[in-house]
Formats: sequence, C-alpha cells, structure tokens
Amino acid sequence: MPEITYREAIRHALAEELERDANVVIMGEEVAQFNGAYKVTEGLLAKFGPKRIVDTPITEAGFIGTGIGASMLGLRPVMELMFWSFYSVAFDQILNNAANVRYMSGGLINCPIVIRGPANGGTNVGATHSHTPENVLANHPGVKVVVPATAYDAKGLLKSAIRDNDPVFFLENTILYGEKGEVPTAEYLIPLGLADVKRQGRDLTIVTYGRSVIHSLAAAEVLHKEHGVLVEVVDLRSIRPLDIDTVLKSVAKTHRVLIVEEQKPFASVGSQLAYMIQREAFDELDAPIHRVATVDAPAIYSPPVEVEQLPNPQRVIKAALEMLG
Amino acid sequence: MSNQPSANTPAGTAAKTASDPHLAPVNLKLTKEERIALFRTMMQIRRFEERSLRAYQAKKIGGFLHLYIGQESVAVGCCSLMGKHDHVITAYRDHGHAIAVGMGMNELMAELYGKATGCSKGKGGSMHFFAPDRNFWGGHGIVGGQIPLGTGLAYALKYKGLKGAVMAFMGDGAVNQGAVHEAYNLAALWSLPVIFVIENNGYSMGTSQERSSAGDLPTRAAGYDMAWDQCDGSNVYVVRAMMDKYLTRAREESKPAVVEIDTYRYRGHSVADPDNTYRLKAEVEEYRRTKDPIQVVQNMLMTDGVLTPADIEKIDQAARKEADDAAKFAEASPYPTVEDLQQDVYWEADHPDQRQSQGRLFFD
Ligand SMILES: Cc1ncc(C[n+]2csc(CCOP(=O)(O)OP(=O)(O)O)c2C)c(N)n1
Ligand SMILES: [Mg+2]
Repeated sequence: MPEITYREAIRHALAEELERDANVVIMGEEVAQFNGAYKVTEGLLAKFGPKRIVDTPITEAGFIGTGIGASMLGLRPVMELMFWSFYSVAFDQILNNAANVRYMSGGLINCPIVIRGPANGGTNVGATHSHTPENVLANHPGVKVVVPATAYDAKGLLKSAIRDNDPVFFLENTILYGEKGEVPTAEYLIPLGLADVKRQGRDLTIVTYGRSVIHSLAAAEVLHKEHGVLVEVVDLRSIRPLDIDTVLKSVAKTHRVLIVEEQKPFASVGSQLAYMIQREAFDELDAPIHRVATVDAPAIYSPPVEVEQLPNPQRVIKAALEMLG
Repeated sequence: MSNQPSANTPAGTAAKTASDPHLAPVNLKLTKEERIALFRTMMQIRRFEERSLRAYQAKKIGGFLHLYIGQESVAVGCCSLMGKHDHVITAYRDHGHAIAVGMGMNELMAELYGKATGCSKGKGGSMHFFAPDRNFWGGHGIVGGQIPLGTGLAYALKYKGLKGAVMAFMGDGAVNQGAVHEAYNLAALWSLPVIFVIENNGYSMGTSQERSSAGDLPTRAAGYDMAWDQCDGSNVYVVRAMMDKYLTRAREESKPAVVEIDTYRYRGHSVADPDNTYRLKAEVEEYRRTKDPIQVVQNMLMTDGVLTPADIEKIDQAARKEADDAAKFAEASPYPTVEDLQQDVYWEADHPDQRQSQGRLFFD
C-alpha cells in the first residue's frame, strides 16, 4: 500500500467525491487560488475549476450560513474552516440552523453539509486558535462529529461524511497533516460511528481519539517495553454517532479504563464516556475510570509549557502506571 | 417611519416605483380572479391571526405569538409573484408568508397548538413554519439568522443554473445584525439572485427605527454596490410593482437587491407585549384609518367594480370560518408523543433502512 500524508488523504477524498457528485462544492477562505491555508485543497482549483472550488471572504457566519442554505436545496457543500476555532463567529449558523432545521421543520428539511478544518492545540498559537470544540458540537442532537487520527481513517471517514445526509463536522489536526500512513489506492469508505481498536491489550483500555491516539500508542509501546503492561487502545474516530459497544467490549476484557483526550476537562467528551461506561459496565470495572485531558486553562502560548498542558506520552504513561498501582 | 430615498441602482439610473401601481405591467395583466385572490389571501391572514390571538388568550397556544396584522400586503404582494424556482425565507413573524405561499390554515393552527398534525408536527411552533414543497424555507427565530440561509438558497439556484430568485425577509431591527451584512456582501460579490426584503414596521420590539438604526436602511446596499429600493407597503399593487422589477432582474441577470417595504404592525411585538411603552395608540389608529392594507385594496376593488360589499362580506365570512375550522381541527388533533421527540432529528435515524453510519446517535 502506498504511504501518503494525512493531508493528501483528505485531499484525495475531496477529489474523489468532487469527481463522483456534481453537487459537491468546496468553499472556504483561501481554499482555491492560495491552495489552502494548510494546503489541504492544493491543486483542486486547477483540476475542478472555480465553480467547484470557491474562495470566500473572511466571513464565517456568512459563508457557512450560505453553505447551509445551499445544502437545504440539495447541494453538498464541504466548507473549510481555516481553524475550527473560528466556529464561534458562525455558531448561530452551525448550531441553530444546521443542527435544528430538520427538527423544527418536522423532518421536511435536511442539511447534507460537511464543515471541516483543523481543531487542535500544540502549535503555539495561543488560546484563540487552539479550540477543540468536539464536545460542544456533539452536544447538539442533529449533528455528527468525526475526529480522525490517521491518513487511512481521514480519507475513508471524509468520503462517508460527504455522502451523509446530515450535517457532519470533521475535525482535523494541523500537527497530523504531515503524518504519513498507508492508504489503499482502491476506493473505500469507513462508516461514521465505528471505533477502531488500534492496539490490542489486556491490562488497561485507553479510550481516545484524534492526535491523542498517537500519544496513546506511543505510551502503550513504552508501557509494554519498560513495564510489561499490555494496553489496548480504542480509537473512537467518531464522537457522534458513538461506538460505545467497542469500548464496552474492551472494558470487559481489561477492566480498567483510561480516557485520553485533547479536551478541557469540564463536560468533555470523556465526561460523557465515563458516565456511559460506569452506567453500562459498572460490574466490569476494577478501578475508577481515570482521565488525561488538557490542563484546565486557556491554551498557553509558551511552547515548552503547552506540551505539558496537552496530553502527551509521558502524562499518559504516568496516569496508566498510577492506575495499575 | 423612514424618510423616502429615491430609487437607485449602482448604475445610477433613477427609477421611481410606478406612482400609479395599476399601470405596472405586472398588475395590468392580473385577471379579475387574481385580483380577488390577492384580497382573499390578505383577509385569510388577518382572520387567521385574529383567531390565533383568541386561541392564545384561551391558553391553547404556548410560547411566543408574533402577529402579522397590518402587514398582510407585504407577504401577499411578494409571494404572489413567485414562480416555480422562486423561494422564500423569513423570520419568526412568519404566519403571513406561510399563508401567502399557500399553506393551509389547518396545519398552521395545529402547529400553534403544538399538535402532531401541525406543519412541523408540533416541533417548531409559531416561529418555525416550513413548507419546502412550496419553496418556503421558514420561519426562523434568531433575528437575522435566516439571511445567510436565504443567500445560500440563491447560491444553489445559481449553481444549478435554475432561473429563480430568493426573497429573504427580515425586520427593520434585523438589519443591524452582522450576519445580514455578511450575506449582503456575499450576495453582491457572487452576484446571487436574492432580494433582501426589509419589512419596516417601524419597530423592533419596543425600539423605534430611529432608536436602533443610523441612517436609512436600504441605502446600506450601496456600500456593497447593490441596487436598492423602497416603497409604501400598504398597497399590495405597489409592493408587486416594485418586487416584480427586482425579481425579474434577479431571475434574468442573477443580481441581488435590498428593498425596504414600509408597513406597520397593529399589535404588540408579540402577544406578551402590552404595547403601552413605546408608541401612542393614536399612531396605530391613524395608520389603521388611512393605510390599512386590506381596506386599501378593498376600496380599489370596489371602485373598479370588481367586488361588491356583499362579495367582500362573503370572502370575509369564509376566511373567518376557515380560521374557526382550523382551530377546531387543531383542538381535535393529537399531541405528538414522547416517542416522537427523537424523530426528525437525524435524516439517517428517520431512514433506518438507508442508514450507513453505525453507533449511537442518541444518548440518555
Ligand atoms: C439574535 C436575537 N436577538 C434578539 C432576539 C429577540 N427578539 C425577537 S424579535 C425582536 C425584534 C426584531 O424586530 P424586527 O427585526 O424589526 O422584526 P419585527 O418583529 O418588527 O417583525 C427581538 C429583539 C432574537 N430573537 N434573536
Ligand atoms: Mg420591525
């Protein structure tokens, strides 16, 4: 299988879906002529032309709302947010309009829109540019939320997202854009709502997603080599819909759960997971559920300290060892 | 009310809306039946609103109820011009537009009553009526939030190469929302077939136009190099004459515009507004006496010999009965069930046979 970057995997998914469906249109700031702020859409303008690849002004509420309106009439806009952090200026469009219009119309309308872009800290850009809003988004019934960790997952999930008839919010990661992974040349789809066990183990389950999967896998390797601990790593891939069954199956195997997430702790994705695990697998648990999250403060700028604010392999190893006593 | 800027386009061609609206081609071509239909629809809106107010007072309706009484000529004039590919979206004061696009009183009243037979199955309420099969896209509760959506509908029309136009309605208070200005810019930048219709009833809740907006409202379009216009909304023919011009231009040339239609609401902002803090009763009475849109069209139809007082009485009685029957229908209809709460949330959950995703969509 050829190795391509996470960025290329997303680009290939976009190109394949643009090719397949004339209603797919890419819109966002700098996506066309500039080839994408993070070069995800590089070359797409040359290949598909300005009707399909559309540069927008810096007007998130305006262009996201426009995309939502267009999706109500049957287009399949794939909107790029330069950073998911900027969702706050389009919050009303995203979470009042896209999330609610199906419900408020009694099911007469649906919004087959995808909003994608990076949502991560770790790049020393400070608090305004480092939001990870998957918990906020997933709090809204009517929307779907996907956070891929690898090139393979990013491609298969994005293709499913574009074909989905509900609004799908696709949260990428600037630090992963350059990471390579094996991606088949033949077409494939990954259904939303299907977790992936990225590493088998028996002593401890790490439930995680996004870049924290990479940290967790690195930690698992060290825990195995240096401490003889076998960690199972469950990558959720999709936050909503949520594959809780795969999580519960792993819990039944290891009886210990560590959640690793790039989230502020209060009402995070992990909070929901912990509730569900205790509710549905209480008797399987040999220890309280533990969590490694972002240290609870706005994202710090200072580069060496930001590393410590976010989940990282050392923090994961420490938490795992504490749990295993 | 606003001052009266003369009509203007970026090209600088002054084109005052026909002073005798009867002579506008779009009105000249109306058949007798079509002229009566305009009057009838306005009457239906008024009687529907009066009936719904009574139902509200009888505690049959919850939440907010924003009545359209006094503004009937605006929705009716605009929507009477709709062709196959023309679309409408508006704010929460949406009953008039819903009736004007042809929605039935039963499904509307049932929605107000929160019943399963309502147009949104009791899930939307007064502010959230929808009928996509009639190109009516709501019914939106957030002031100004519907305007980018309307712009997107126009984007889709242009993308698909359809000859149509979108009328995106908003109030005089909505013009100060950022999303509205973002939409103006995009519509002009991309030359989208959307007409932003400001229904200027003089007040946003209890705040008069003078206390909320600097400058004239439609002239802001000039800053975006968009055409703008303004007209008196009390005469349905005037509304039609002005709107026809911009709708045709939007359909034929894919050009946006901002238009202000001056109108007036007789009731408080919502029925919860006692309406005694920000305007005088005399102001309401003066408008009702001199510019009531139903009276205006009724007088014209009588002068033209199209309708007799007896015909008018018949149309009025029929509208009252239709509204009463709708209230009976709503009363007799069942409420949605608790099980219905989680229907119509996800397209996929509503189409389990076509579901592609896995995992849990709902949580407890
Ligand atoms: C974003 C937002 N802010 C405030 C409100 C509360 N609100 C509802 S209607 C309204 C007045 C709007 O007036 P206008 O736009 O003139 O429309 P009209 O009611 O006159 O039809 C206000 C303040 C709201 N629904 N949404
Ligand atoms: Mg107003």
